[in-house]
Amino acid sequence: MRARLAVLMLLLAAGPAAADEAATRVPLPTVEPGSAEQCVAPVAVMRRDHMEMLLHQRDETVHRGIRTPRQSLRNCLNCHAYDAAGQPVSIDDPRHFCVSCHRYAAVEPDCFGCHSGEPEPGVPGVTGSPAPTATGVATVTQGTEARR
Amino acid sequence: MSEQPIDRYRRRLLGGAVAAGTVALAPGVFLHRLAEAKPADEPVTSRVRWGLLVDATRCADCSVCVDACREEHGWDGHGRPRTDAQWIRKLDVRDRSTGRHVSLPMMCQHCAEPPCVDVCPTGASFRRADGIVLVDKHICIGCRYCMMACPYKARSFVHESLSDQKPWSPRGKGTVESCTLCVHRVDTGREPACVEACGRDGNGALTFGDLNDPNSAIHRAVATYPTTRVRDDLGLGVGVRYRGL
Repeated sequence: MRARLAVLMLLLAAGPAAADEAATRVPLPTVEPGSAEQCVAPVAVMRRDHMEMLLHQRDETVHRGIRTPRQSLRNCLNCHAYDAAGQPVSIDDPRHFCVSCHRYAAVEPDCFGCHSGEPEPGVPGVTGSPAPTATGVATVTQGTEARR
Repeated sequence: MSEQPIDRYRRRLLGGAVAAGTVALAPGVFLHRLAEAKPADEPVTSRVRWGLLVDATRCADCSVCVDACREEHGWDGHGRPRTDAQWIRKLDVRDRSTGRHVSLPMMCQHCAEPPCVDVCPTGASFRRADGIVLVDKHICIGCRYCMMACPYKARSFVHESLSDQKPWSPRGKGTVESCTLCVHRVDTGREPACVEACGRDGNGALTFGDLNDPNSAIHRAVATYPTTRVRDDLGLGVGVRYRGL
């Protein structure tokens, strides 16, 4: 038994890839970094608050006609819904960045009952430049910063 | 502080409108373009009232507008006319006594006082500040009260799961939908798909623009010719007008 444990420890120490395979039954999510220089917010903020950004942006867009691309669902897709080879990934494909991560977290988003999950051909994602004015988008970021 | 960008927008809007108004080919015939698109980060305002003028004297027995709408929003049906979505349809109206025949498109009339908004229990049906009546499908529960309330039969219910929606036109099972006046195009300074297609492939029977702008083609046409608002007796203040009914 001890010998087996030692072998396992060795395997775990051998390399991150081997460790991932051995340690997790569920494959880790894959999110392609996208074509833009950087995301619209730091990774930690995106992991925790992307749904609030989308929720806020959705109301601003539908009701007030504010169509800034920065925190829109379409901008997420235009950057991330590609595979490593640069080919568009369908929402039905487990490699799709939304599907992959939400499966891992056991959370089901209902965006794609209505929204297309694929990128718009030829439309690049918008980089993480600061919001143009103090409308909506920036408010979310400030709100989340304050709460932390 | 927030006034500044709006004022800037208004100045640009008025400037663009004056430029558009000066291009007149003949009485009633205008080469028009929409006023400059509003900046993406500014909300719509009630200074604009989007409207549509249907010239039934020019509208023929074609379906270019319907086809363009179907293509733009992807509401191609399942071959079940009773339940398939239909954002715009062609009507043939015939006067029995004289035999006069008129063909016209019918769609959401974008009321100023929309009955669909009155009856919606969740607030999903709403009227934007610029007069476009929409369904917020995020909060629509699919009760279909609005479909019953609409005097124009303009709304449809999505009965079946969908895939391959257009990125600019989300549609989903269990929600009600109707003509959005191509809000995604209008917000970026373009005309609705039906208007564009009618001008290109049809008979140029549709005019889109800002009814509040005295220099817009639609305002001039409405001020020049007698036009009809369908079921005006209901006092809904619709944004779609018909000429030659």
